[in-house]
Amino acid sequence: MLAASCCDRRMCVCPGPRRIAIPVRSSRLPLFSDAMPAPTQLFPLIRNCEIGRIYNAVCYCHHKHLCCLSPHLAHNHLRCAPQKKLATLCPKENFHQFIHARSYVSTPQRFYLTPPQVNSILKANEYSFKVPEFDGKNVSSILGFDSNQLPANAPIEDRRSAATCLQTRGMLLGVFDGHAGCACAQAVSERLFYYIAVSLLPHETLLEIENAVESGRALLPILQWHKHPNDYFSKEASKLYFNSLRTYWQELIDLNTGETTDVKEALINAFKRLDNDISLEAQVGDPNSFLNYLVLRVAFSGATACVAHVDGVDLHIANTGDSRAMLGVQEEDGSWSAVTLSYDHNAQNESEIERVKLEHPKSEEKSVVKQDRLLGLLMPFRAFGDVKFKWSIELQKRVIESGPDQLNDNEYTKFIPPNYHTPPYLTAEPEVIHHKLRPQDKFLVLATDGLWETMHRQDVVRIVGEYLTGVHHQQPIAVGGYKVTLGQMHGLLTERRARISSVFEDQNAATHLIRHAVGNNEFGAVDHERLSKMLSLPEELARMYRDDITIIVVQFNSHIVGACQNEDF
Amino acid sequence: MFLRLLSDVRWRTASRSWRSTSSSRHMTTSAAEPPSISLPAQAQVVICGGGIVGTSVAYHLSKLGWKDIVLLEQGRLAAGSTRFCAGIVSTVRHLSIELKMADYSNKLYQQLEQETGIKTGYVKTGSISLAQTQDRLISLKRIASRLSVMGIPCEIMAPKQVAQLHPLINIHDLVGAMYVPEDAVVSSVDVSLALANAASRNGVQIHERTSISHVMVQKGCVTGVETDRGQIECQYFVNCAGQWAYELGLSNEEPVSIPLHGCEHFYLLTRPLKKPLESNTPTIVDPDGRIYIRSWQGGILSGGFEKNPKPIFTEGRNQLEIQNLHEDWDHFEPLLSSLLRRMPGLEALEIMQLVNCPESFTPDMRCILGESPTVQGYFVLAGMNSAGTSFGGGAGRYLAEWMVNGCPSENVWPLDLKRFGALQSSRTFLRHRVMEVMPLIYDLKVPRWDFQTGRQLRTSPLYDRLDAQGARWMEKHGFERPKYFVPPGKDLLSLDQSKTFYKPDWFDIVGSEVKCCKEAVCVIDMSSFTKFEISSTGDQALEVLQYLFSNDLDVPVGHIVHTGMLNEEGGYENDCSIARLNKRSFFMISPTDQQVHCWAWLKKHMPNDSNLLLEDVTWKYTALNLIGPRAVDVLSELSYVPMTPEHFPSLFCKEMSVGYANGIRVMSMTHTGEPGFMLYIPIEYALHVYNELMSMGQKYGIRNAGYYALRSLRIEKFFAFWGQDLDTFTTPLECGREFRVKLDKGTDFIGRDALMQQKQDGVCKRFTMFILEDHDTDLDLWPWWGEPIYRNGHYVGKTTSSAYSYTLERHVCLGFVQNLDEETREALVVTPDFINRGEYEIDIAGQRFQAKAKLYPFSSLFTQRRRKDEMELSGYHGK
Repeated sequence: MLAASCCDRRMCVCPGPRRIAIPVRSSRLPLFSDAMPAPTQLFPLIRNCEIGRIYNAVCYCHHKHLCCLSPHLAHNHLRCAPQKKLATLCPKENFHQFIHARSYVSTPQRFYLTPPQVNSILKANEYSFKVPEFDGKNVSSILGFDSNQLPANAPIEDRRSAATCLQTRGMLLGVFDGHAGCACAQAVSERLFYYIAVSLLPHETLLEIENAVESGRALLPILQWHKHPNDYFSKEASKLYFNSLRTYWQELIDLNTGETTDVKEALINAFKRLDNDISLEAQVGDPNSFLNYLVLRVAFSGATACVAHVDGVDLHIANTGDSRAMLGVQEEDGSWSAVTLSYDHNAQNESEIERVKLEHPKSEEKSVVKQDRLLGLLMPFRAFGDVKFKWSIELQKRVIESGPDQLNDNEYTKFIPPNYHTPPYLTAEPEVIHHKLRPQDKFLVLATDGLWETMHRQDVVRIVGEYLTGVHHQQPIAVGGYKVTLGQMHGLLTERRARISSVFEDQNAATHLIRHAVGNNEFGAVDHERLSKMLSLPEELARMYRDDITIIVVQFNSHIVGACQNEDF
Repeated sequence: MFLRLLSDVRWRTASRSWRSTSSSRHMTTSAAEPPSISLPAQAQVVICGGGIVGTSVAYHLSKLGWKDIVLLEQGRLAAGSTRFCAGIVSTVRHLSIELKMADYSNKLYQQLEQETGIKTGYVKTGSISLAQTQDRLISLKRIASRLSVMGIPCEIMAPKQVAQLHPLINIHDLVGAMYVPEDAVVSSVDVSLALANAASRNGVQIHERTSISHVMVQKGCVTGVETDRGQIECQYFVNCAGQWAYELGLSNEEPVSIPLHGCEHFYLLTRPLKKPLESNTPTIVDPDGRIYIRSWQGGILSGGFEKNPKPIFTEGRNQLEIQNLHEDWDHFEPLLSSLLRRMPGLEALEIMQLVNCPESFTPDMRCILGESPTVQGYFVLAGMNSAGTSFGGGAGRYLAEWMVNGCPSENVWPLDLKRFGALQSSRTFLRHRVMEVMPLIYDLKVPRWDFQTGRQLRTSPLYDRLDAQGARWMEKHGFERPKYFVPPGKDLLSLDQSKTFYKPDWFDIVGSEVKCCKEAVCVIDMSSFTKFEISSTGDQALEVLQYLFSNDLDVPVGHIVHTGMLNEEGGYENDCSIARLNKRSFFMISPTDQQVHCWAWLKKHMPNDSNLLLEDVTWKYTALNLIGPRAVDVLSELSYVPMTPEHFPSLFCKEMSVGYANGIRVMSMTHTGEPGFMLYIPIEYALHVYNELMSMGQKYGIRNAGYYALRSLRIEKFFAFWGQDLDTFTTPLECGREFRVKLDKGTDFIGRDALMQQKQDGVCKRFTMFILEDHDTDLDLWPWWGEPIYRNGHYVGKTTSSAYSYTLERHVCLGFVQNLDEETREALVVTPDFINRGEYEIDIAGQRFQAKAKLYPFSSLFTQRRRKDEMELSGYHGK
């Protein structure tokens, strides 16, 4: 219903949760719709500066993206809130009246962030990990990684994880984009790597672990996490999660096939198993009311996942949903090209539409994908959680009714998707792509769709590539025989310099990428003014202009990759 | 051969209209000898380099009557930096010798077209130097007050007046400007072709496409040059090879160190404006914006001196670097921004070309002129610091005078090659230093400024100890010297903020050091002084010293004599103290920067006698100056020897033990007029003696002091010092030092005749001390040096140094007073009466302060009464 085309625009306004559009009152709209009819009562309650900030943002948006905003608000309004008064259609007029009436409302300039402020926002979540070197030699094919995330939702619904497998070789890195809350993404970010690691473990190691647990001995550590202080694990659920995991490895022990574990298969199994466990835990419930509510929130929210497993030259990408993995390849002439290592699971992927349609009777062909969304609601076609798209109607009703009150009060959870005839409509099964790393493969970018919808993949790879090599493939300018004026030349040079200076500001490739994603102007250069405006948006408005962005940039060690490659042949 | 390539590369990129400006070159090159004519086998002078500098030297030599001159150019005439320089002739200079050179160049170029018939592109455009800050305006006002006393018209003006003079300029961020209407622009290529033409008419042979591989030297004298077309025997060689002068200097068997280094320099040429700019539009110099702008063929020519210069040719002539001399727009961006800020109307103006033209820079931003200290007959004129057009004429004249007459007609010590030694010839040092020098061209020049690069080369063994105690350092001739000591817990301003024309932040620190020198005892590390030992088997040492120095050196052993080392005209070549160590050996102490010059002078005038030994022992001794009334107590306690004046009279030298260390040369003088001792300590004892002095001195309140305290003490005592107050044009009679000249010592000495004559005629200038009367130390601009002195409203001379006297609580300026005839401007005899009967004013950046003139120091300042002829009037401290 909310035009998807709008969402693909860089600066679109998209009130309400974007992934799932629900035709009921959205939690975000009331600020506008309620406030407008009676501004005098509401505004004094809000601190002046708050108002100022909201105003600036809205007005800014109006002037620059009038064409996008106005029709959209009207559209949205008519579709979902017909009872609202006309005034809401044109908030612009009201805002302007208000600004004129209250001369003390701050001028927009006052809220520009200084470059250090911008940096502190951008760098708040940045994290870098360098694979330690032994005797001056790094034997891993990974040099290290940079990661960062920039929230648009409050709280942020994206999650990221990175860990080294201790019982097998390799490193796991993943980005998780939650929707309808962050609970599912949080759970997946905590649990998925354990499932993958366990799937990869040989039979003997599994037995050893099981025996250790059985006899109360210390457990072999399975993963070494590389976490930013802001990345948390829920303590309360750890016991529950552990038990589910233990059940999984016990089954693996029982199923022992004696074959060596195939990474691709292990990844698929781990994804499916975790989703299954999430679903089961919600159905079974937990005597602890907090945990009970938690597992329900996890199951009723959703998350996509894009996970990379790197072991020597073997790179596996397992993807569920619309996050994306992109390989940065440096050509012989030094230029950069992008190789996509995942398929998006959304309406832009025709084979995915095909798949969904084939899984349901012909009668549902029209309704199963509507307005580029699954059942007209969900943007990603694969996801963890989202039991609304997986369970039967009866099961959903039963769980909600027996669930805690908070669940019953939530209109979203109670709402059953239209045309819901033959569940499940949604799966967490990933598509896995295997890639043999080559010396020219310099880095991998894993990022949620917040990045990919603002930047073209080619630009992403070029910016990261130039950042990592420190070389700007800016051809020296020569006037030659062209007619160039001083003014034109000055503009060109200023822009080139801005591009270089933004590189020196960042110590983290992911931060650098976010700076570009949020601050790029039409010339592909970071525009401080724009960056400042985008970052000073109030929480309520930020989501209208951008999505959460989470990025992991993994840098490969070309020497090791080259050496491994030679061994292989 | 190399410049040839350089010019080829640039030639192709140069546009047609740029070429047309030098259309006259074909005519003049044909006037020069075609390359097929063989080289002469011998000549009196061979000049290397056919740029504006080389042709100017040839021109002036031939004017002075020398005809047997060959000028060799490896490429074509005027093809190197000369070809690409902006052609601005400006007298806006900080040094008065530079100002004189530029003024002369301007006048020379103006009449050159008439003299030779060759168009030189000379246009008297005038120049406007802009000030964006008050400090810059002060700097301009200082220059303005010097220009006006030289008779060069100039005007400090308000921004609005600037707008009337120039149609395009944005004046909103200006606080003022200086307009010099006589400044000009030329085509530097055509000027040097005109000079070459005039020279060749006077008999100078010019050979293009001839490169010199090295200069042949025998017994320390030039004998000829080796070229790619054969040898030429010659008596004199002049190195005007510009960028390549350093390499050429090193190519000799006996290398000649010519410290200069290239940096890329960029300027922009545009197509004509819609309404073409008049050719006489004033040149704009915006030093705060780091750019200059002149009109050029209806458009503009604009370049500048960026903060981050690109040094080039560090490893010498590098083919790759020459090929890579491209336009670098990204590098030029700050200057372009600055240009468009200054002239926003130029946005739509079309670019023609960005020219990359390497320029050579020297370690102290002054050009290099003079004779090599190691090879006789080897002269140098190079390192023009991007002002080759402005200085070429004047510098060429001074060098020609030097060669023909044995000395130039002006004091060129600030430019003398001998101010440098081999220690400045490291490529690394030069590369680092020029990166600081090039931006400095447009940086604000404030008093007491120290270079930041190329430091800590020569240090005393106490350096670390002093540094840990808060020493702040200045550098002289590569040697680190303490300026003052910042007490613990006190912070000074950061380097950039400390730039001021007003009262500096160290004022109180130095004040307390001075107080300690007056009341207790201080120790100053003065190890940088140049120290020579002259000894002989017989009386040769005494004989030669008696001939070289004006005072009588035949004194009892252990006595110290202050004396001048004079030239034939009676002027000071050096001012030093000589201690007679024994019958046949002498210890000579000279200013730090005399190391090369004094050595060369002595070598030149000493007979070639194997029994006579001259040794540079500078590196062997650490010198500590123990100043103050309690110095006597400290030293006697450390040596168990009574040090009172009865036992150790003034100006006395004795080797004795201090602490455990034996063989310390203790001299009863301090270079300040205060009581105390100089200790010359063999370096291995330096730390021991210093530690002993400090611990023993504790009960007498001993502390470290620096050169700023020394300087204040010395100037308030009216002590002149060489290199600043004294120069080769000053005689002892002019600075009240008759008592140091023994005309009747029984032997002849250099300069005696001139002094006899002067004694008879009377002096035409007189060293005078001025005490500023109505000057507020806290609020008024501080004097520096070079301020005009007015007597009864008439200009009579300039100050040479100044300092704040903490005793008098007044500023003291030292300077020379002349008596200029009001009509003929002729210098008349200056009598003490003339000095005493006058009302004086000192002009500091356009503001005049009343001053009291004195010919003798305040006697009440002396804490110890001494006979006047025993008075220690010496000083050889740098600026």
